[in-house]
Amino acid sequence: MQLTGAQALIKSLEMEGVEVVFGLPGGAILPVYDPLIDSSIRHVLVRHEQGAGHMAEGYALATGRPGVAMVTSGPGATNIVTPIGNAHMDSTPLVVITGQVATAAIGTDAFQECDITGITMGITKHNFLVKSAHEIPRAVAAAFHIATTGRPGPVLVDVPKDITQSMMEWWYPESIEELDLPGYHPTVDLDADRVNQAIELIKDAERPVLYVGGGTLKSHASAQLLAFAERTGMPVVTTLMARGAFPDSHPQHLGMPGMHGMYSAVIAIQKSDLLISLGARFDDRVTGKIPAFAPNAKVIHVDIDKAEFNKVRRADVAIRSNVAAVLEAWDAERAMPQNLEVWWKEIDAWREAYPLVYDEPNDDGLLRPQFVVESIAKAAAPGTIVASGVGQHQMWASQFWKFEEPGTWVNSGGAGTMGFGVPAAIGAKAGRPDRVVWCIDGDGCFQMTAQELVTARAEGIPIKVAILNNAYLGMVRQWQEMFYDERYSEVYLSPDLPDYVKWAEAMGCVGLRATNVAEMHAAIATANSINDVPVVIDFRTDSSEKVFPMVAAGASNDDIMVHPRQRESQ
Amino acid sequence: MNTPEPFLGVTSHTPVRHHILSVMVENKAGVLARVAGLFARRGFNIYSLAVAPAETKARFSRITIVVDAESAPLEQIVEQLDKLVNVVAISDIAPKDALERELLLATIKTNVDNRTSLLDVVGSSGAAIVDVDAKSVTLMLAGTPAACDELERELENYTTLELHRTGRVALPRLGKAALIAIPD
Repeated sequence: MQLTGAQALIKSLEMEGVEVVFGLPGGAILPVYDPLIDSSIRHVLVRHEQGAGHMAEGYALATGRPGVAMVTSGPGATNIVTPIGNAHMDSTPLVVITGQVATAAIGTDAFQECDITGITMGITKHNFLVKSAHEIPRAVAAAFHIATTGRPGPVLVDVPKDITQSMMEWWYPESIEELDLPGYHPTVDLDADRVNQAIELIKDAERPVLYVGGGTLKSHASAQLLAFAERTGMPVVTTLMARGAFPDSHPQHLGMPGMHGMYSAVIAIQKSDLLISLGARFDDRVTGKIPAFAPNAKVIHVDIDKAEFNKVRRADVAIRSNVAAVLEAWDAERAMPQNLEVWWKEIDAWREAYPLVYDEPNDDGLLRPQFVVESIAKAAAPGTIVASGVGQHQMWASQFWKFEEPGTWVNSGGAGTMGFGVPAAIGAKAGRPDRVVWCIDGDGCFQMTAQELVTARAEGIPIKVAILNNAYLGMVRQWQEMFYDERYSEVYLSPDLPDYVKWAEAMGCVGLRATNVAEMHAAIATANSINDVPVVIDFRTDSSEKVFPMVAAGASNDDIMVHPRQRESQ
Repeated sequence: MNTPEPFLGVTSHTPVRHHILSVMVENKAGVLARVAGLFARRGFNIYSLAVAPAETKARFSRITIVVDAESAPLEQIVEQLDKLVNVVAISDIAPKDALERELLLATIKTNVDNRTSLLDVVGSSGAAIVDVDAKSVTLMLAGTPAACDELERELENYTTLELHRTGRVALPRLGKAALIAIPD
């Protein structure tokens, strides 16, 4: 069967089971958009290529399947660089197809030419410049294989226009060998010796903590984690990337560790004698000052990526594996720590002394942002997916939403990409149309990518957006208040400019505003009753609210600052 | 990539804790950029680098990299390199187990007064004359980095018009750390 390269590209995506592509056409990718008309694949036409990338990420985080985005060369390609970098930091499986100028024009500074494989070399797991139509199936199959195996990540496939226009005899790789990846070995057999060495450490542990990272979600190990945690009785903390990997309602769950983590989660790690890292990478937002991090803990480090071992913290036992396989092996050996009664008494005392708190909701004045998040959560259907941007609102969403299952928390962790929320929520909803999707956003973030609500309306993707509008770049404001002597530099945004309600309406969404508690409850109820178009609520929140607990950048986790109301008892 | 200063003093500036990585890569466009880019963005220092097709198959090349094991733990450098999809095999050769060789080419300004003494230097160092004209001589030495250093020092007594060194290539000594086989 003779196909054009463009037809082969679309057919290859179909072979990989792709159901939706987020993209925006342009000159160099034009040939590929023609056979797309005849394909079963849904295309979501974005308004900016950054939106396509974040939608693909949101899709991947909510479904566990790779997200796919397709854009043109030059500025189309550079506009998607931020999502690629974001996916790289968060190990999100992504396949990005970029058009490229014709082979003969490469290197001539042709119209809309850019070296996107060069630009993304350091922020992709791998990338390809396809040199012949015959190679398209192999490149696409390899891209999906690389993006989804081992430690997942973004893979870019750059396809010159003459390649998509030329003819090829259709074929598709039937085995991994045909992908021609002699240097790619994403998995290894579980090292039984190391599994047993880890068990010896577990047996001696009196104060263990299960430090659960995003790798636990990536390896679909939630069930194994629950079984292991319940059998051993160990306390669990879930990092920002692992929210939903372990139910927040579970009594053994201490919550999120790190800079804005729960007091009990942070301190339990600090006082632990055994830290069992499951797909986490000792990020600086979790460790604080590294020499002061969990100083008395032995470390078992489980990761599929062995480059994470000893990168930040030396491991006593490092096991290269997916998380699920190790937990199953430990369970098979009935690995048990010491009696944890004393440990739990200490932990429970911390939990009781320093729960998550905020000032009482204010009936007249501006809303407490934490109360808004809690109120949305309380009124939300079970299984609601939450996306967020980056900043204070993100931390409040992570702190005050109760996550019960994997794939319900969609956020930008390692890169901290403002503007992630709206498009990521759209991608999540496109992948899980059966679920309610809320985007908890900030006013700063919303302004970065709000245009994608036009996409959401046009494509029939009815997400709900809660803007915690405090009229500031709030996290920066918090740092300026606390560490720069209240000298506020370039952080004020105004609550009224833009008019978020009018803006939402102009984009075909329902726009609502809530300035007090009564309006807040009414707006949430209205939003929950609308399921055909996107809804945006402008919640007017108190800009003086800060995220607590907090460990200052570079400080030891021992110096965690709790909410001012709790300080006297600290 | 951090080039030591001055450029020509590659060997004499090689730190005590250097390691030689022999990296088998797929012979594809852009692979050298991937390797060099990784060193740059992770802050690993390269002291010298040599690339050529490997022994058996045209689809692989070998990159010999002398790395500064003080700029980052060697384990991190190796593991990050291993994550590059086009990197097929890496072997780390400790300096004491390595057979290291380099090629030096130099063009020296000559006259009737110094030509004889230069020929003595060439003879005693094991170098060879590869080109001659009325005013200059081009000589070549293939030898250990130390021998190349020594010749460079001897040449300080002459006017060097141009001097190039290749950066070293290395194999493990027989019976020492074996190179990892290339998968088919």
